[in-house]
Amino acid sequence: MATAPLDQGLLLAAILFALGLAGVLVRRNLLFMLMSLEVMLNAAGIAFIVAGARWASPDGQIMFILVLTFAATEVSVGLALILLMHRRITTLDADAGDRLRG
Amino acid sequence: MRELLWLVPTLPLLGSAILMLGAGRLSTRVEAMIGALSVGLAAIIAFTIAAGFLLYAPAGTVYEQTLWRWLDVGGFSAEIGLRLDALSLVMMLVITGVGFFIHLFATEFMEGEEGYGRFFAHLNLFVAAMLLLVLADDFLALYAGWEGVGLGSYLLIGFWWRDPANGLAARKAFIVTRIGDTALLIGLLLIASRLGTLDIAGAMKNASQTWQVGSPVATVAAFLLLGGAVGKSAQLPLQTWLPDAMAGPTPVSALIHAATMVTAGVYLIARTHALFLIAPSAQLAVGVVGGATLLLAGFSALAQNDIKRILAYSTMSQIGYMFLALGVGAWSAALFHLMTHAFFKALLFLSAGAITMRIHHEQNIFKMGGLARRLPAAFWSFLIGSAALAALPLVTAGFYSKEAILSGAWADGTSGRVLWVAGIFGAFITGLYIFRAVFIVFFGEEHTHVSGTYGWRVIVTLTVLSVLSVVGGLIELPPVFGHVTLLSNLLAPVLPATREVTNLTPLLLASLVALLGIALAAVLYWRPTRAPAETPLWRFWHAAGGFDWLYDRLLVRPVLWAARVGRNDVVDRVYDSIVWATRVAHQEVRRTQNGRVRWYTAGLAIGSICLIAIAVLR
Amino acid sequence: MILLWLLLVPAAGGVLAWIAGARHPDWPRWIALFVLAIDFILALTLIGPAVASGHTSWIASLDLPWIPQLGISFELGLDGLSLVLILLAIALGFVSVVISWTEITDRVGLFHANLLWATTGVIGVFLALDLFLFFFFWELMLVPMYFLIALWGHERRFYAAIKFFIFTQGSGLIMLVAILVLVFVHQHATGHLTFDYLALLGTKMSPSTAFWLMLGFFIAFAVKLPAVPFHTWLPDAHTEAPTAGSVLLAGILLKTGAYGLIRFVVPLFPDAAHAFAPVAMALGVIGILYAALMAFGQNDMKRLVAYSSVSHMGFVLLGVFAWNTLALQGVVVQMLAHGISTGALFILVGALQERIHTRDMRLMGGLWGAVPRLSAFGMVFAIASLGLPGLGNFIGEFLILLGSFRVSVPLTVIAAGGLVAGAAYALLLVQRAFHGKASPHPDAAKPIDLTAPHLAVMAVLVIAIIGLGLYPQPIFDQVAPGLAVLQHNGAPSVGAAAQGSQ
Repeated sequence: MATAPLDQGLLLAAILFALGLAGVLVRRNLLFMLMSLEVMLNAAGIAFIVAGARWASPDGQIMFILVLTFAATEVSVGLALILLMHRRITTLDADAGDRLRG
Repeated sequence: MRELLWLVPTLPLLGSAILMLGAGRLSTRVEAMIGALSVGLAAIIAFTIAAGFLLYAPAGTVYEQTLWRWLDVGGFSAEIGLRLDALSLVMMLVITGVGFFIHLFATEFMEGEEGYGRFFAHLNLFVAAMLLLVLADDFLALYAGWEGVGLGSYLLIGFWWRDPANGLAARKAFIVTRIGDTALLIGLLLIASRLGTLDIAGAMKNASQTWQVGSPVATVAAFLLLGGAVGKSAQLPLQTWLPDAMAGPTPVSALIHAATMVTAGVYLIARTHALFLIAPSAQLAVGVVGGATLLLAGFSALAQNDIKRILAYSTMSQIGYMFLALGVGAWSAALFHLMTHAFFKALLFLSAGAITMRIHHEQNIFKMGGLARRLPAAFWSFLIGSAALAALPLVTAGFYSKEAILSGAWADGTSGRVLWVAGIFGAFITGLYIFRAVFIVFFGEEHTHVSGTYGWRVIVTLTVLSVLSVVGGLIELPPVFGHVTLLSNLLAPVLPATREVTNLTPLLLASLVALLGIALAAVLYWRPTRAPAETPLWRFWHAAGGFDWLYDRLLVRPVLWAARVGRNDVVDRVYDSIVWATRVAHQEVRRTQNGRVRWYTAGLAIGSICLIAIAVLR
Repeated sequence: MILLWLLLVPAAGGVLAWIAGARHPDWPRWIALFVLAIDFILALTLIGPAVASGHTSWIASLDLPWIPQLGISFELGLDGLSLVLILLAIALGFVSVVISWTEITDRVGLFHANLLWATTGVIGVFLALDLFLFFFFWELMLVPMYFLIALWGHERRFYAAIKFFIFTQGSGLIMLVAILVLVFVHQHATGHLTFDYLALLGTKMSPSTAFWLMLGFFIAFAVKLPAVPFHTWLPDAHTEAPTAGSVLLAGILLKTGAYGLIRFVVPLFPDAAHAFAPVAMALGVIGILYAALMAFGQNDMKRLVAYSSVSHMGFVLLGVFAWNTLALQGVVVQMLAHGISTGALFILVGALQERIHTRDMRLMGGLWGAVPRLSAFGMVFAIASLGLPGLGNFIGEFLILLGSFRVSVPLTVIAAGGLVAGAAYALLLVQRAFHGKASPHPDAAKPIDLTAPHLAVMAVLVIAIIGLGLYPQPIFDQVAPGLAVLQHNGAPSVGAAAQGSQ
């Protein structure tokens, strides 16, 4: 069974991670930030899968499932927080929520 | 009787304590009684003890009385003890005798003043301290008396405390003398460390045994004691406080700044003569200081218009004579002059006070004039005092004592001869300046209104002191005629013998210049009308050579400047700068804490990248 | 056991005063007076000869196990030095209660609780022989003092309280580190973990270690003393503290610094301290003159007194590091006399502030006419603080100078200049406040003179300062055995002494 080469897989993961990070940093809409976060998580997942395939180890897939679980919980908690925040400051602009400014 | 010696300083102290505790509760009459009688009783005891001492001299001509052990620490001990020998006897009699009459005068002079009781409380305190000073048998107790009289002087100069000028004069007197006191204290530290004891007799004995003549340590010690002496006795270079000290009531000037405290320096040097004998350079310095001061003060007295300032400079000048005598080794002559000076200068001050109390406390001599007819009592006593001060030959006490000093200087080799010239010139100026005052104050036109009368206390005091100023000199007559040596015989066990001068020349010359001075004063001031013009020379001498100006620029102003500039404590600025740096850092760091999630994420990312980079690249 | 009671009585009294304060404002005052009186009597019973055994000389001692696993025990010891300082502490505590009677009206219970706890801490510091216990008491006395300043102080009280706390706490931290390192060095050398002072004496260590540890202790105590340049917390703390707080600070807390120097710094590190002595003495001399100059420049009367306090403590520092019997006895007397005279001056300033509502001397003047008794006492204590013979401070200063003269002539001569400077600021205080023209300040018009309680306190303090000045011998005799032991422990080893004298 042909496997995807490690280098390319990791490169893909890195690009996806960088895209996600850029999304988090650049977008101000919380919803989009959350989605970018998902991209980053999935990038990490791809890295696990590729590594697991490379060393023929089930650990990579186990970790991917763990990451998926994290992502699901994170989205549910995150969306709830976004909802609450929207109720309070009626915007989804992340920079508006800077009440913890020092 | 001798056992009662401790009562002599204790009685005035007790009087002072009662007056202080009873402030506001005693009537003026009672306060006057306590004030004068405590010193009077002390005087009676002192004179009784003196009679006993002269009739049945104790073994070794010294009577010692230890009151209690003050401290005994680590091999060093000091006790509060009294030592009565001829030297302290003379001083004790002068202090209690003259002191009592000045107190008596003051009970009348100070009548109606606010703080009548406080005045006598402080005056009694002063007398107690002065007696401790002269009777102490231990340097530390002497120093206690020494500081105590400084305190008394401070309190009494500033007696009229509502006027800030008096307060300034009082503080100046205390602080300037404290400079000398500190030198004395360092001298005591040196003596205690090197000679192992502060007992005066013991230390002097050890000094002559351990130190060679002219040894540096002995010289330093002697100079330090001299520092204390010049401070207290208002000699160069610490003389500037005395004229200002005239801000105090006149009896204070008479007692403290003429008769007793200012002669403490003379007493100190006479008491420690053993040390000065092994430090010839220090002894010479004593003479030079005396000679320089007597001239400076004499010239300054010529340029004063305030009667009390004239007398102040004259005091300074006369103490200069005493220093000169000590410097040339005429020890008993110094003590002789100290005694007669106490009589005639107290008389002068009190008669000046008797004048001013009748003319609304006016002290400018050019605003007096013609008072001889109005105030005959004051006139005659002032005249007798002036004659004694000017050393009018044969009939005054001042003549014999000053003559003794000048003869002593004449006989003391080359340096003595130089000092003799200064002294003889000073004698001329003395006659000139004091009779200038006499003529201006008592003759010519009247410029002032006289009111009131004298009570018996003023008259008695002036009479007694006048008599003493005339006959006080007869206890010691020069060898060339009379040759009475009562005082020097008495002092023989405690002070080195003075050279006898049988030469008539110095005696005649001294008489001549004194008369010349008086004559010149008569010529110049017989008909005085106006105050002198303010020429630069006059101003120079009016300011006593500008020492005040010099010290002001050199010392006072820099300190005031430093105190003003440094008021907020530069050291605290260091800590403030730490606080400031912390604040600034805080301001900068808190900027990153901007509450923006994206910002934090970026930080996280950059931080992680850096960490990974370090981990990978290392 | 009596030592434990000495600590427990005021500590428990503090709790009691706090509780009672809720019922009636006067109860805490009476409780505090009663408690301190009991404590004073307890301490008085301890006056007597020391029991000498070997190289120790305790009048009383106590050793209870506390945390044996870490070598920490509840070890107390009292010698003459501790005793006289404890007596001073309790007496001034008593005085503080009396003079706060009318000044403190707010949260009276808590105030007296803090006052008693601060006293407890100080007594503990003077008694503790276990370094851990010592540190415990050292910190214990800071907290109540902080509250005294911060809660009952004047205008800038929070600034002053926090400054006080940071300075003392920071320096305390340095001392804690030094204590721990010393203990570990000792453990390393002997294999025995202990905080016992007596065991730690004479610990072998390298000279550089000894130096750094000595410095750690020195800084802690120098801040407390305070020595220039660590003194700047003091004027602020004094100025802002309530009168009782100032009295406690000047009268007692500062003494813990000097006590620490004598008890710990020199005996624990004799060689290092001996080598460091010239620097410390120079700091003392600088302190004397610098603080005197600062005092001279102040307009705030309380700051003036505070700086005079720093100046006097310069003499203490000089005397401690001269380290001979004369100087050390002088230090003890100086501490007592300073406690009395400066405490009295703070009381008078406090009384003045209560009457004319200012401490600014530019607004005073001519008070002798309005409040003659207060002014007379002010004069007496101003004169005491300029070192007039016959009053206590002179004995202290003279003996310190005499002792240090044998160690360093130049420093002693410069230090003697402090006598002139002292005269300058003390008389300036008298002049600006009591003499001169009456001030136009409205409150200065008709103040009432000192009332009976203040008069009684002042009379006692005057008698004490005169007694100390005229007959200090009982103090010397009481302190001598303890000092002899300390001097024995603090003597530099032969090699170092030879090195030092070269």
